[in-house]
Amino acid sequence: MPVEIPVEKWPGRVLEATIGATAAEGGTRSRVVKVGGENTLPFMLTDGEMPNPPRIAMEVLDRYPEDWSPLLLEAWGDAARDPAQWAKAAEDAGADLVLLQLSLTRDGGKPTTAADARAITRAVLQATGLPIMVFGPGQVDADNELLVAVAEEAAGERIVLGICEEKNYRTIVAAALASGHLVNGRTAMDVNLAKQLNILIADMGMPLDRIIMDPTTAGLGYGIEYGYSVMERLRLAALQGDKMTQLPMLVTPGFEAWRQKESKVGEGVPASWGDWRERAILWETLTATNLLLAGANVLVLRHPETVRRVRAFIERMMAK
Amino acid sequence: MALTGLQIYKLLPQTNCKECGYPTCLAFAMKLAAKQAELSACPYVSEEAKAQLDAAAAPPIRLVTVQGPGHKVSVGNETVIFRHEKTFYNPPGLFVRVKDTTPITDIQKAVQEAMGYSVVYVGMILHLDGVAVEAASGNPDTFAAAVKAAREATDRPLILIASDPAVMKAGLAAADDTRPLLYAATAENWQEMAALAKGAGVPLAVRADSLDGLAELTEKVGGAGVQDIVLDPGVRDPAGTLVTLTHLRRLALKKNFRPLGFPVITFPGEGAADAIEEAQLAAEHIAKYAGFIVLDRFSPAMAYALLAWRVNIYTNPQEPIKVQPGIYEINNPKPDSPVMITTNFSITYFSVANEVDGSGLPGWLLVADAEGMSVLTAWAAGKFDAEKIAKTVKTTGIEERIAHRKLIIPGAVAVLMGEVEEELPGWQILVGPREAVDLPGYLKLWSVN
Ligand code: SF4
Repeated sequence: MPVEIPVEKWPGRVLEATIGATAAEGGTRSRVVKVGGENTLPFMLTDGEMPNPPRIAMEVLDRYPEDWSPLLLEAWGDAARDPAQWAKAAEDAGADLVLLQLSLTRDGGKPTTAADARAITRAVLQATGLPIMVFGPGQVDADNELLVAVAEEAAGERIVLGICEEKNYRTIVAAALASGHLVNGRTAMDVNLAKQLNILIADMGMPLDRIIMDPTTAGLGYGIEYGYSVMERLRLAALQGDKMTQLPMLVTPGFEAWRQKESKVGEGVPASWGDWRERAILWETLTATNLLLAGANVLVLRHPETVRRVRAFIERMMAK
Repeated sequence: MALTGLQIYKLLPQTNCKECGYPTCLAFAMKLAAKQAELSACPYVSEEAKAQLDAAAAPPIRLVTVQGPGHKVSVGNETVIFRHEKTFYNPPGLFVRVKDTTPITDIQKAVQEAMGYSVVYVGMILHLDGVAVEAASGNPDTFAAAVKAAREATDRPLILIASDPAVMKAGLAAADDTRPLLYAATAENWQEMAALAKGAGVPLAVRADSLDGLAELTEKVGGAGVQDIVLDPGVRDPAGTLVTLTHLRRLALKKNFRPLGFPVITFPGEGAADAIEEAQLAAEHIAKYAGFIVLDRFSPAMAYALLAWRVNIYTNPQEPIKVQPGIYEINNPKPDSPVMITTNFSITYFSVANEVDGSGLPGWLLVADAEGMSVLTAWAAGKFDAEKIAKTVKTTGIEERIAHRKLIIPGAVAVLMGEVEEELPGWQILVGPREAVDLPGYLKLWSVN
């Protein structure tokens, strides 16, 4: 009995964003990373095309993350004590992008200055050939001061500056515009809030193909289904032709999974949770895998083993 | 898919004899479409029309049930492609495979371990659903002995895996009076398999490597009298599975294509090199349209992660799981014990309550009515602001039960501190940790003075 395959063609397409610039493009990256560009639901390659596979970014902190899970600290070892070394290690671990996360203070408690931020950014750019993203500490004044300096320092490198939020995006967007960078905007798990922020950023003159959106998600078992469905709805809207949703999506399964007890700690948990290391890797890996199915274009991860797992899955999903 | 009044009218006698109690066949058809009348009210409707109307009323994906002596699993009956469109209804059954080439005592041990497993997640006790026994030996007696061992080791349903009908027959007899799923009928053996399934009144899986072949098979076994069918489209890699299962869901829901309107069975272990990869494939199948999932590996960590994910995906998006707002007493709190506040989103509540409980320290946990949202989401939506926090403190009557006036608010809403102090004169507002996991450490340092 011949069955007619129900192919779905969509009128819309996700914009393609280019992160990083090689020497030919005025930067110093060894390659650029393109994200987005699909005109189909995730991995439905019988309906349309995904010119770029989802990409993996690894989080690199500007100071030793004392409060991270011992499993992560063990995996990174001494590299985690120096952002430049850490960025190199992330590249070796198979990352496509490095996400440099700036802190509010230095070791010892002194506030991070614009000069610190410049020096750290420079060191990371020298240590890795990967395109980078730089996120501020998440406090309005500090973000504005540090990210303006970072934008200047990295002029020509087409980095992603973040995080733009509704309460604070103007300075970051202006800095990105002035130095030819992209921005990442984050909203709280809501389709309309995501659209609104994209509109606000675009209204400042930022081309849509230089905006990445983070609709916010949650870890496996901790409300991931809300983020998952918001992402599915945003992606469907994009494919149906809604311009202000046609941006690549970045999510942070590493952060979400590793702050949960399931990944973070090995003691004082029910025996039914099983082996700690296995559970921790599973938690981050499945959080990431599930968000890929909802349309994630950039996954920010923390453990090298997860990167290997998620990359292998992406490769299998993209295989023709 | 429901028919319109006009479509139903075309199937009626169109004589307007009024015996149904309505002035015209059209009026009756309209009532039928609105589900306000029963077809049996018309004495003249033809058998053929009746069959067509029944078929139209049937769900686009058939509900298929397997049953053991103590538990049953029903899958199918789904109505949407994306969970936000309404909800997913019947979570896929998670089965663990054992092979009859394994020594009987090891089969029993494996079955007991996997079926005895349970984990508590947001107040629910979660477990796997059943056992798939495979006739790897090809021998009827060996298979029957393995099925019997599994059957005695668990009261959960079974899936019987055999390609030789004679072997299947022996296994089916050993499954006693339970209702296993038989896997699988193929182009080669479908007649005997269908006869077995029909004779025992149990569901039958069909396997073919193309949707064309699959539809052909379901028509054949359906014609042989088997109604409860499960599909295996033969794909094992994650990309092909996603595409094929999406096509099947679309065909059933959007095209109302009856020959493929059945739940699907998947075998993630057959497309994976190790446990974590198998878990990734199984997670995909949970999100994207499997009805039965047969796992080749079992470990507590893997089971926990997949069971939690299954609950997440099958949670009704229209109704967040909430807990009752109010005062929750943890570890027998006294008048000088700390008071904390959080929202009534169940995951938030359980994360906080579990941490306080696990710390062994006494505490009062106030739960605000934040419409089932987590702390940050509720705060962003204006459902967990200073006013709501103050109102919760005042209306729960906590003030009469404690001897101090200190309230710990979640670190994620530290910005609310000043406002809450204004709303609650006489109270001291303390900012707790951002994450529940850090509460025990925080509470250890807490003192009423
Ligand atoms: S009883 Fe049947 S034939 Fe007569 S009016 Fe009603 S629907 Fe028409």
